[in-house]
Amino acid sequence: MGKLTIDDLKKIKEKTTRDTFLRDGQATVKVTVHMGTCGIAAGAREVMSTLLEEMAEADHQDILVFTAGCLGKCSSEPNVTVEIMDGEPIVYQHMDADKMRQVFKHHVLLGEVQTDFALAKM
Amino acid sequence: MRELSLHILDIVENGVAAGADCIRITVDEARRDDRITITITDNGRGIPAEKIDRLTDPFITLRPTRRVGLGLPLLSAAAQRCDGALDVSSKAGDGTRVQAVFRYSHIDRAPMGDMAATITTLIMGNPGIDFVYRHIIDGREFTLDTRGLKEELGENGLQDALLIHHLAHNIRGRLKQLTTKIGESEAREKNHGKTDD
Repeated sequence: MGKLTIDDLKKIKEKTTRDTFLRDGQATVKVTVHMGTCGIAAGAREVMSTLLEEMAEADHQDILVFTAGCLGKCSSEPNVTVEIMDGEPIVYQHMDADKMRQVFKHHVLLGEVQTDFALAKM
Repeated sequence: MRELSLHILDIVENGVAAGADCIRITVDEARRDDRITITITDNGRGIPAEKIDRLTDPFITLRPTRRVGLGLPLLSAAAQRCDGALDVSSKAGDGTRVQAVFRYSHIDRAPMGDMAATITTLIMGNPGIDFVYRHIIDGREFTLDTRGLKEELGENGLQDALLIHHLAHNIRGRLKQLTTKIGESEAREKNHGKTDD
């Protein structure tokens, strides 16, 4: 079935109708999804997919997403860390798609820490 | 793990932790030979010779923070359960190759799962690393190479949620095309959208 060609990508890019270069050096929020074996087994990939969906929907260019290894507290996975520039990183625990949506809408976009799911300040 | 694609995500993260800057993922679903072969090759720092024989021992890990590692033992157990095997070859400083073989029709074989989510998670979460993903189903092949895409879009061009969303959709469509038997789509059209005749 061949390769995903540059033309395909251009088509995709046209659909996105935005300049992906805009974001360089402008990120103000960093979201880390912890993807150790424990996190993956507990559903971290679904949390990541939900986060990407929400980001695609919200028109924000200043959010950076990373994956990282295990935090060392496997029983509280999936863990997500939200770090707003100049603020303390907040680690969330037992995340799922719905909690991720809530954290994204309230914490990432509006800066309100969702203490119900928070594990710790770092 | 519930899906083979989750095992793949997990093992690729090992390569990320080993400092690789290019990771190759090849999935070969040879249904005619009743076999699935998953190969993950990274160019990270490799595994020291004294540890390679005991990789599937959960109490052998290269992570300094904790003394238990379950990624490779889980994959090894999953492959063995399905009349398959795990093979790891590595040279310190030269990268690592992990290969897992499963019997396709084995009742305990986990489904392939959402490879598109695994690949896009890896791309989005690891901006500095290139991925070459090949998926072969009965000899028909799909390839995605982030090096070519980055040349076109710029180094950080792939770190865009909307683009990644469309990329995932595109990968899902391509993989579906691979599983559709040649001629099946035309037959479906003749049957007014029904697959069974």
